[in-house]
Formats: sequence, C-alpha cells, structure tokens
Amino acid sequence: MAGDKVKLLGFWGSPFALRVEWALRLKGVEYEYVEEDLSNKSPMLLQYNPLYKKVPVLVHNGKPIMESLVIIEYIDETWKNRPLLPIDPFERATSRFWAKFVDDKFVPLIIKMSSSTREQKDKVAEEAREVLKTLESSLNQNKPFYGGKILGFMDIAVAWIGIWAPMLEKIIDIKLLDEEYMPLLNTWFRDVLEVLVIKECIPPLDKLLAHYKDYYDRFMATKSN
Amino acid sequence: MVKEEVVLVSFWSSPFGSRVKIALEEKGIHYEYKEEDLFNKSSYLSTINPVHNKVPVLIHNHRSICESLNIIEYIDEAWSDRSPQFLPSDPHQRSQARFWADFIDKQLYEASKKIYREKGEEQVNNGKKEVLRILKLVESELGEKAFFGGDNLGFVDISLIPFYSRFYTWETFGKFSIEEECPNLVAWAKRCMQKQSVANSLPDPLKIYDFIVSLNKYYHK
Repeated sequence: MAGDKVKLLGFWGSPFALRVEWALRLKGVEYEYVEEDLSNKSPMLLQYNPLYKKVPVLVHNGKPIMESLVIIEYIDETWKNRPLLPIDPFERATSRFWAKFVDDKFVPLIIKMSSSTREQKDKVAEEAREVLKTLESSLNQNKPFYGGKILGFMDIAVAWIGIWAPMLEKIIDIKLLDEEYMPLLNTWFRDVLEVLVIKECIPPLDKLLAHYKDYYDRFMATKSN
Repeated sequence: MVKEEVVLVSFWSSPFGSRVKIALEEKGIHYEYKEEDLFNKSSYLSTINPVHNKVPVLIHNHRSICESLNIIEYIDEAWSDRSPQFLPSDPHQRSQARFWADFIDKQLYEASKKIYREKGEEQVNNGKKEVLRILKLVESELGEKAFFGGDNLGFVDISLIPFYSRFYTWETFGKFSIEEECPNLVAWAKRCMQKQSVANSLPDPLKIYDFIVSLNKYYHK
C-alpha cells in the first residue's frame, strides 16, 4: 500500500522478532528494521510497549502492535495478498492452537533447562522432547508444509525451533530434536528453513551460538555464586 | 440449513468454560452441554482434547476446538453471519483486543490463585498486589467505554467477565474491596451482568467461594 510506514523494533537474536520478519517478507511488505539494545532499551520501545517493554513491536503508520503471534495475524489481515492463515475456520483454529501450544509449552521448558544439576537438565529435556513429539503429531506426512504446498502461519510461527533446538543441544549438552524419534518434525524444519525468504533472514548461526552460550554461561555463573 | 451439532464440554466453575457459554449464547447458537468431572477425568476428554486433557472443548460437527480464546475466535468466524461480531473489523483494533485478552489469560488466573490458595500473609498480599495491578491496567484500557467492545460485548469483555464471579472469593481471602480500588471496572462488570448471556453463564459467586474453600482442604492436606 503506497505511503505505508512500517517499522519493526527487534533484536537480531530473538526468534520472535525473526518470525515477524518472515511474515513481512512473505507478504512482500517494505519495512524499516530497528535494532534494539535490550540492555539499554530505547525510549521508542518503552513508549510503544510500556506494559511488557519487549521486542518485537510492529509500528504501522505510528500505531504499535505487540506480541509476535498477534503481530503476524495483524500482518495477515492488513496485507491480504498471499494469505498465511487458511480460509476455513476450523483449520484456522487448528493453526492457532498449535502455534500457541509451542509458545506455552516449549518456551518455559527452555528457560527451565538452565537448571543447575545434570539430572534436572536431562529430566526437563525429556519433557521438551515429549512436547516436540506431540507437535509432530500435528503434521501431515503428505504435505511439505503445515500450510500445504506453501508456507503458512503455523510453519512460520514454529520453525524457529529448527534453529534454536540444535543450538541449545550444543550449549546445554542435551538431546531435543531426536531424528529417530521425530523424523517428520526434523524433515519439516529442514524444508521450512530451506525456503529462500526464510533462509535469507536467519542470523549467522555461529554468532547466535556464541551469543546464547555467553548468556547461558553468565547465568550459570550467577547461579553457583 | 445443515443441522449443526454443537457440544460444549466444560466444568461448572471454569471461567474459561463460561467464556464459551457467553459467546454461544450471544450468537444464539443452540448447543448441548456436557459436564466433565475434573477430579475424575473421563477417557472421553482425552479423546477430544488429547494434547491438554482440559476443558473447555467445543465440538462442532464432530471436530474439537480447544483453548477458550481460540474457541471464541472460532465461533466468531464459523458463525460470521450472526451478530454480534466479537472481534472488531479493523485490524489494529483486532490486534489490541487479542493483546488484552492474551494479557488477561497469561496473568490473571495464576495471580489470583496466590490470594486464595497460598498460606501465609506475604504470599496472599503479593497475590492481591498483582491482581490489582492487572485489574487497574485493564480498567484504564476500558476508559470511558461502556464495554471493551464499544457499545456491545466484545472479545475482551467475554475474556474477562467470568472472573467477576471470583471477585467475592478474592476479596474475602485477601481482605480488600475491588470496587473501592477499581470502581469503573466493577461498574463495567455490573453492566455485563445485565446481559442475559452473561447472567446465564456465570456461576454464583458464593458457590464459587464454597467450592474454593473445600478445594483448599484438599490441596492443603
């Protein structure tokens, strides 16, 4: 739409900002990306998201939208080309259900995984693997993507796990994306992350690994003090 | 017209189930209600909600939809020809409604449990502070409007109003008055209660209180 001003406040290492970028790029929306220093949040971020003070925030013609899944739905409804959500209400409800399932169940486990003992970490990793196995049950073997032949809402809402899980496996020394236990899930993540529009905005994996390893090491150091 | 089969599986005290009851009645949708005993969950529940094994579940023409806010959006979209529309038509207003409903979902229920389930004055006071913080934020979002949805019940109204049945419980355990702290919000709640759909869907506050007291005996064993 001519004269549209779209700004995305994000952090290069955030999976939630990344999935909003995927949505914008799939729709072909021109946007200005603003990198936030999360240790020194800008007045703009605090003004647009006073409640949570978090990224991502989408600002469209001066109006802010917060919470990444809410932002993606907003993008889908505002730019009607190339729909992300299916048309059928039941399929829409199912997509939303699975996207939320991952956010509600998997994310807290990742945070919990910074537990101090080896035993605790392994136990939480087991819970996380079961969550992923449940996610796999939502996939249809015959379709490359959850959206069918092309990427949809669910694919871009969840694909960040295909990047973050292998990274966490290295940092914490646990197993998450077991190829044997979850073959469909592994294939699905690989296929989604290969799509050019998706691939081209994934941050450099070595930089991501170094960032999260540093974050984890510092966190563990504070725990043992 | 194709015969629609609509079933709601829930538990009488569930505020999440009440949300769905309100939405169904607002749209004038006929449904069958099935009560699930949450202390003795049926195998039926695990077949209709295998992922979470929780209520509420809406079953529409033999397909289940789970998670209350998801169900309300589904009802809005599947019966889009019926008024009222719960979510506004403007995308930005829709995003605001979804944001606030999500905020309520993430924070209110868990914070409120600290008031009535925790033992110890400090925990109860923390719960009270958190609940009031959340209610005041929501109250300021309401502003001068009659309802969050404007002139009529909308998505946020339906998400929040079932917790009104629990105000008595929170106030009694926490020894405070929500009306004193958030007068506009309580005025809003009373306006909602004048709607048939809300009055018919919300359990009696005293019944909720008695239930929570007896649950505490079970949890604090």
